[in-house]
Amino acid sequence: MIHFDNVTLAYGDKAVLTGLDLHVPPGAHVALTGPSGCGKTTVLSLAAGLLRPTAGTVRVAARRTAYAFQEHRLLPWRTAAENVNLVLGDSQATMPRALEWLDLVGMADAAERLPHALSGGMRQRVNLARALACEGDLLLLDEPLKELDPSRRDSILSLLQSRSAGRTLLLATHDREETGSLADQTYAYHNGRFEPV
Amino acid sequence: MRRRGTTAKSLGALAFWLGVWALLSVLVARPLLLPAPWAVAERLIRLAGTASFWKITAVSLGRILLGAALGILAGIAVAAGTSRSQFLDTVLSPMLSVIRATPVASFILLMLIWVGRDILPCVIVFLMVLPVVWGNVSAGVAATDRQLLEMARVYRLSRWQTARRIYIPSVGPYLLSACHTSLGLAWKSGVAAEVLTMPALSIGRRLYESKLYMEMTDLFAWTAIVVLCSIALEKMFAALVRKLRRRRMLGGRGL
Repeated sequence: MIHFDNVTLAYGDKAVLTGLDLHVPPGAHVALTGPSGCGKTTVLSLAAGLLRPTAGTVRVAARRTAYAFQEHRLLPWRTAAENVNLVLGDSQATMPRALEWLDLVGMADAAERLPHALSGGMRQRVNLARALACEGDLLLLDEPLKELDPSRRDSILSLLQSRSAGRTLLLATHDREETGSLADQTYAYHNGRFEPV
Repeated sequence: MRRRGTTAKSLGALAFWLGVWALLSVLVARPLLLPAPWAVAERLIRLAGTASFWKITAVSLGRILLGAALGILAGIAVAAGTSRSQFLDTVLSPMLSVIRATPVASFILLMLIWVGRDILPCVIVFLMVLPVVWGNVSAGVAATDRQLLEMARVYRLSRWQTARRIYIPSVGPYLLSACHTSLGLAWKSGVAAEVLTMPALSIGRRLYESKLYMEMTDLFAWTAIVVLCSIALEKMFAALVRKLRRRRMLGGRGL
């Protein structure tokens, strides 16, 4: 599903990734762990096709990709429901499904609120609802539990577990709990490289 | 309540300046130099009772609005093109700088040779409005959040969805600002073009003739018409913006 062969990505003289080999078979759940700034988000952006490697090759065979961005990336002028509905067809007919997804992440009461009227944790839940609603065969999650309050973490984690089953998952996190619950293989950042653990 | 207070303040300011004008006209005591406000008001009422007044105002208004509308549409189209194509941007950008730097009088005299006097004010308004809209819309496109565009790419939103859901709300405030500036500019440049080219049915011609025959009351009355039309258009535009904001068709946080 995802093949990174000797991938290097550099901005000018500064290398963000060097010689990364990463192979994620279809249906596998892989986590990337490491400290902030080690390049986890960069790997996800390469997999999503948002970045091109400076050297090496990236091959991704996905019918549809869903990406829960670290910075939420919600349309500030659309409500929570409309943001989720955007990936469902963006029509009145698909709105009930968008509301169902918001209900699953505990955001039914805030469906009509604009992103600026939501807390960071609530925006993150809308972001996750949008990614899950997309029903892509490749799911990219960047720090999915970040900003969530402790009372929500468990329910969101079990939702991610159940909804990512059967899909290929690439997860960027520095949270051990997330890694243990969602991934069957982990690549940890060590000596400037991601290596299988 | 707050709006009522603002209206009262505006009316108070208007009354103050009318008072200053009235006082000056009494002190000068020469209607040929400075007619009194009541004489101008009386002239306005008499003009409003004639059919030609409404015809002249409507034709001038139509001419200026047509030029402004075409300028806005062309500005949006050119901005869309130059934002997408580096080649188009390179080719057309010098033209933007030239149009911006050229005095409106030069355009009027040049265009007088090339196009008929009846449509010239319309062409001048078009040329004045186009670069304003082009520049602002281009700035709006450039300022569109790249992260949202990346999100649209990942989720494979169609071009239409990306335009409707991301570009239009992002560019909206820039376009509105350009339209607001353009309306004032359209009136000034349009009437100036009418004064210099004197189409048969035009406010500009009446202004020129008033000056020619030293009819200062007429000059003030026609100028008042221009100001009133401009204010009316601005109010109508503000109402349209409020309506669009209520329907959340424009971007901006919480709109």
